[in-house]
Amino acid sequence: MSADVSSAAAEFARRQQSPVQRLQHQLHGKPWLSPLFLLLVAFIAFFISTPTFLTANSMGILLQQTAVVAALAVGQTLVILTAGIDLSCGAIMVLSMMVMASLSKDDGMPSLIGLLLGVLLATGAGLLNGFLVTRINLPPFIVTLGTLSIFTAIALLYSGGSSIQADRLPDLLNFLGKGFGIGQFRLTWGIVVVILIYAVMAYVLSQTAWGRYVYAVGDDAESARLSGVPSKRILLAVYTVAGLIYGIAAWILIGRAGAATPNAIPDANLASITAVVIGGTSLFGGRGRLIGTLIGALIVQTFAFGLSQLGVDQQWRVLATGILVIVAVAIDQWIRKVKS
Amino acid sequence: MTVTDLEVAYGGVPSGKEHIYEQEPVLSARNLVITFGRVVGLDGVDLDLYPGEVLAVIGDNGAGKSTLIKCLTGAYVPDSGTITMNGEPVHFKRPQDAREAGIETVYQQLAVIPALDIASNLYLAREERRKGPLGSVFRMLDKKGMEKRAGESVQNLGIQTIQNMGQAVETLSGGQRQAVAVARAAAFGSKVVVLDEPTAALGVKESGMVLDMVKQLRDKGLSVILISHNMPHVWEVADRIHIQRLGGRAGVVTPETHDMGEGVAIMTGAKKLADGS
Ligand SMILES: Nc1ncnc2c1ncn2[C@@H]1O[C@H](COP(=O)(O)OP(=O)(O)OP(=O)(O)O)[C@@H](O)[C@H]1O
Ligand SMILES: [Mg+2]
Repeated sequence: MSADVSSAAAEFARRQQSPVQRLQHQLHGKPWLSPLFLLLVAFIAFFISTPTFLTANSMGILLQQTAVVAALAVGQTLVILTAGIDLSCGAIMVLSMMVMASLSKDDGMPSLIGLLLGVLLATGAGLLNGFLVTRINLPPFIVTLGTLSIFTAIALLYSGGSSIQADRLPDLLNFLGKGFGIGQFRLTWGIVVVILIYAVMAYVLSQTAWGRYVYAVGDDAESARLSGVPSKRILLAVYTVAGLIYGIAAWILIGRAGAATPNAIPDANLASITAVVIGGTSLFGGRGRLIGTLIGALIVQTFAFGLSQLGVDQQWRVLATGILVIVAVAIDQWIRKVKS
Repeated sequence: MTVTDLEVAYGGVPSGKEHIYEQEPVLSARNLVITFGRVVGLDGVDLDLYPGEVLAVIGDNGAGKSTLIKCLTGAYVPDSGTITMNGEPVHFKRPQDAREAGIETVYQQLAVIPALDIASNLYLAREERRKGPLGSVFRMLDKKGMEKRAGESVQNLGIQTIQNMGQAVETLSGGQRQAVAVARAAAFGSKVVVLDEPTAALGVKESGMVLDMVKQLRDKGLSVILISHNMPHVWEVADRIHIQRLGGRAGVVTPETHDMGEGVAIMTGAKKLADGS
């Protein structure tokens, strides 16, 4: 085809697009743009309504509150990118937390070994999810619905339902709750770890072959298989890596909560899914960015934190989160229509 | 197999190319059977593909053409039967096994990933990494390099309407997607290239380019299996034509010994090869 014909075609394509369609195209390529916009709007709104909102002190608290869900949401993003879902992430985190705390409480086991065993258990729990999904061919929703109950029950049985306070735990387990200040702005080591997890996994997803396979399997598993992608191995690895990340989240949670408590974050499972979905990752798989998830987690916490600073009843926060989720999925559906 | 069976199966060899058929087939299948529940996909099919030949496979819808090549390329594992490459038995469990053995395939459903860009699709499951520690330790992909070489592969096919290798495949037209899939097979096939209806969505000009590419591959010494419903295309490029009917092989003819009408008659069962050849 000659150059002027193809440029005429481009011209044709350009003229066809209304501003709304152009926006749709932009969002299609960069699905995290709309959550970023929402986050900015929320920040401005809360800044205008509550003078204390945008202070270094509050920002530090906001980040600390976001850390645990943000960490869980990394694993959740991996799973959702493969068109799966992980309902068991919070349960795995709590089980792992109770195990690492019990093993190393009151100078029991060397703290490093207790910590590693806890993280290893979470990794194994993820592997079990992956095994059931890839080898027994069960839908991820069913698998993780089952393991959600199983891991929750084991955590409660194992811990007897009681918490272990920070003073009975070794320094290593409490370490991620400690931190340093930059002026008024206080960062914990837990936040640093979360940022590291995001950086590493964002690199893996965008710069390595493995990351490409995750998207390929999620977008079209059969085509990926026919193209030579070892689909099952990738899926198994995704659930396992997710488990590992939940184990690290358990460590962060001990620091944040100042104790190992079986019911520390009862809504962690759903909160992580919410963060991923609001962050623009498609529940249908193959589409999304980790940066979106981080923004999504921040949005949820910003609403919660901002509204509580305004003295709004906690139920309004829950309600607002619900609306956000539905709007986010509606936007995703709309963006996906670009294809046809 | 008896001697008369062989005569029925082979409607001769293309004249002037006899030497090709004195060699060992590069890919050979015997008595392939595959069932899907109660549906019989293949009912004891034989196939021989010689080095440097274009073997067309024709047959009605549902005759088992795609199923046959899926069994040959590891996408399906046949229930029984044997497959050999250069005389050695092979057991492909997955498509990448066949790929590693030098067989590239464009499946009928294309097997491209819509969300990934063209270059990523071309290099899917054979990504190239950066040189030095960035690649070996940090596993970083050589995106620039792959994009550049992907551009060359697509250019070789002469599809100029595809400009940007960073474009997601879902933004391409059906024919352009097909071109991407064909370019991938042509670029990486080292022994055998299998094309399942590669021109189905292509315009006249683009179809011609794919046929030229098939000839180029043959001239390079590769073997091509070409499935097509387009009889003029088949009679133009094929050295031999494998006719598939009702899950079995009705026979093999050459464009010299049989014309299109006869081929179609055998395909539809109006004519039996034993009488006609
Ligand atoms: N995965 C499968 N599950 C069940 N049946 C199948 C499957 N694959 C193929 N078949 C059946 O096997 C038979 C042959 O199908 P196949 O796709 O090989 O036909 P084809 O010759 O390629 O036809 P077309 O020209 O339409 O592409 C059909 O009856 C089909 O229904
Ligand atoms: Mg077919």
